[in-house]
Amino acid sequence: MSVLVGTETRLCVSGITGSEGSFHALNNRSYGTNVVSGVTPGKGGQDVEGIPVFNTFHAAVEESGANTAMIFVPPPFAADSILEAADAGIETIIAITEGIPAHDELRVYTQLKRMPGVRLIGPNCPGVLSPGKANVGIIPASFFKEGNVGVMSRSGTLTYQIGNELAQKGFGNSSIVGIGGDPIPGSSFVDVLELFENDDQTELIVMSGEIGGDAEEVAAEYIAEHVTKPVVGYIAGFSAPPGKTMGHAGAIVSGSKGTAAAKTEALEAKGVRVGRTPTQVAEIAVEILGG
Amino acid sequence: MDLLEYQGKQLFARHEIPVPSGIPARTVDEALAAAEQIGYPCVVKAQVKIGGRGKAGGVKVAANATEAREYAEAILGMDIKGFTVYELWIEEASEIEAEYYAAIVFDRSARAALVMLSTQGGMDIEQVSEENPEAIATLHVDPLLGFQPFQARRLAFEAGIPADLIRPIGDFLNRLYATFIAEEAMLVEVNPVIITPDGKVKALDAKVTLDDNALFRHAENAALRDPSDEDPQEQMARDYGLAYVKLDGNIGIFGNGAGLVMSTLDVVTLFGGEPANFLDAGGGAKPEAITRAVEVICSNENVTAVLFNIFGGITRCDDVAAGLIEAFATNPPSVPFVVRLDGTNDVEGRRILAEADLPGVYTASTMNEAAEKIVALAKGESL
Repeated sequence: MSVLVGTETRLCVSGITGSEGSFHALNNRSYGTNVVSGVTPGKGGQDVEGIPVFNTFHAAVEESGANTAMIFVPPPFAADSILEAADAGIETIIAITEGIPAHDELRVYTQLKRMPGVRLIGPNCPGVLSPGKANVGIIPASFFKEGNVGVMSRSGTLTYQIGNELAQKGFGNSSIVGIGGDPIPGSSFVDVLELFENDDQTELIVMSGEIGGDAEEVAAEYIAEHVTKPVVGYIAGFSAPPGKTMGHAGAIVSGSKGTAAAKTEALEAKGVRVGRTPTQVAEIAVEILGG
Repeated sequence: MDLLEYQGKQLFARHEIPVPSGIPARTVDEALAAAEQIGYPCVVKAQVKIGGRGKAGGVKVAANATEAREYAEAILGMDIKGFTVYELWIEEASEIEAEYYAAIVFDRSARAALVMLSTQGGMDIEQVSEENPEAIATLHVDPLLGFQPFQARRLAFEAGIPADLIRPIGDFLNRLYATFIAEEAMLVEVNPVIITPDGKVKALDAKVTLDDNALFRHAENAALRDPSDEDPQEQMARDYGLAYVKLDGNIGIFGNGAGLVMSTLDVVTLFGGEPANFLDAGGGAKPEAITRAVEVICSNENVTAVLFNIFGGITRCDDVAAGLIEAFATNPPSVPFVVRLDGTNDVEGRRILAEADLPGVYTASTMNEAAEKIVALAKGESL
């Protein structure tokens, strides 16, 4: 199957008339993603290389049957766009936008949790790629082929690095999910673990985490109790000094909590093997699944 | 972004949180003029973004002009835990009947604001939380409902606040929450909240951290950014829009994407090297960003070798190669480089680099190979 995006995806792109939005919408379409519409207030009735543009998500859902949204609008408008997509009945919302204010993210997160059936991936994420089926976001799809390893990550380029290491060992992917590097991600590792656990195509799960917060520690507990498939971990940020933000708003270590060592320890204590380099992650995958 | 105490208090005052009056000063003369205006006794307070100022001698009560001058001279320029004092806050002295603690923190794990209240104010709150955790009353606020009156009452009763102060402390917490929301703070902490002999509640200190991502809609707060407390390289990087953190080692690191750069630091460290910085050029770095990044990295005189680790997604490897060539043309670095290019347009990028044949630039095809080479070069070995 794959998770979150696939052959059933009917994508509507918010911010489709912007330069980034149109570039990636068309890129996603040429990969094979069914891009059915876009939303830009005031530009309804236009089209972007044949993709119809609507003024509101509500019109986009009604007219084009969109069930998935990609959010590409700038930070001041992103929270509003996510809430609009959810209100219009979109089930899967993938927010690429980086730099959304934390309080906006908190309000959005809280509201969406009260809307059963709505799922937010991101913000500040590279999107979701299900090789051979659909690509929603900015992941360079040509490096990945269809296969049995599910990858989830807090970082974009690190995902590509790990995916590439896996590819060089001959592995393909069911889905690659960027959950994003912000303090309040719409979906956590636990949410995506649940999806991979229930996905027939996925036989191994790779979790790429980083310093800050407690998402990896919570995931370790969840894996021990609910995940039967093997999980391989990776944690970035061993050499990060405490109290410094390393680019991602989420990647900040305060005191002893949230360090790379503490996260690795928490995962290993629950039987999850953790690679110390991206290369090692792929080597462990070979040991578990065979070359 | 962290605020200085007096900036935090000015922010509080905008939201009608009572604070003692005071005047900031950057020189001894300014401090003396401020003291004269406020009257004696007054408090001379070092303005640095670190706790423990009192113990370090950075907070003194001046009874007269002679003392005010003496303390201002002593505290200006003082080093407090590695932070130099450039500013003072001259404040009216307060009469203190009791000292409490109040804070609101953006609790990312719980995905809600956490409000804290304790009667054990004026001391190291981390110590209180370790030794006597029940002395701190806490609760989370529903982000869509906001802070409710019953929550203020509950906190006050659970913290053991005297009956006659339940209402004024509740008012104080309400205003603190309003400040937290309106200013989009990640932290507002008041230690101590004081009760004066006539039963007034005041914020005697203020520790405020604001969300950098929200500063675009708070121009007044954005203007408070103080370039003087940033490292020169970090300042230069900020001006160029690059995410840069200076570290203690000698290997300059450049990459795209925070996670990949952190991972690069780790792999270099595993191979026995010491990174000199974190530098994330972000997604879609254009040639001029590369040129600027080289400038920032090489302006740190500890750097003896530089590693470029790129996995192109939005970033195109041919742009990175072009930027590097441009950087070498305008200002040739004196240290060796190792460049690893993978991802979007990697073949083209590698071809451009090979053709340019830049002096002291080596290539690597994997992250591990790149780390191995850069560690050798940084030690002065040849490849």
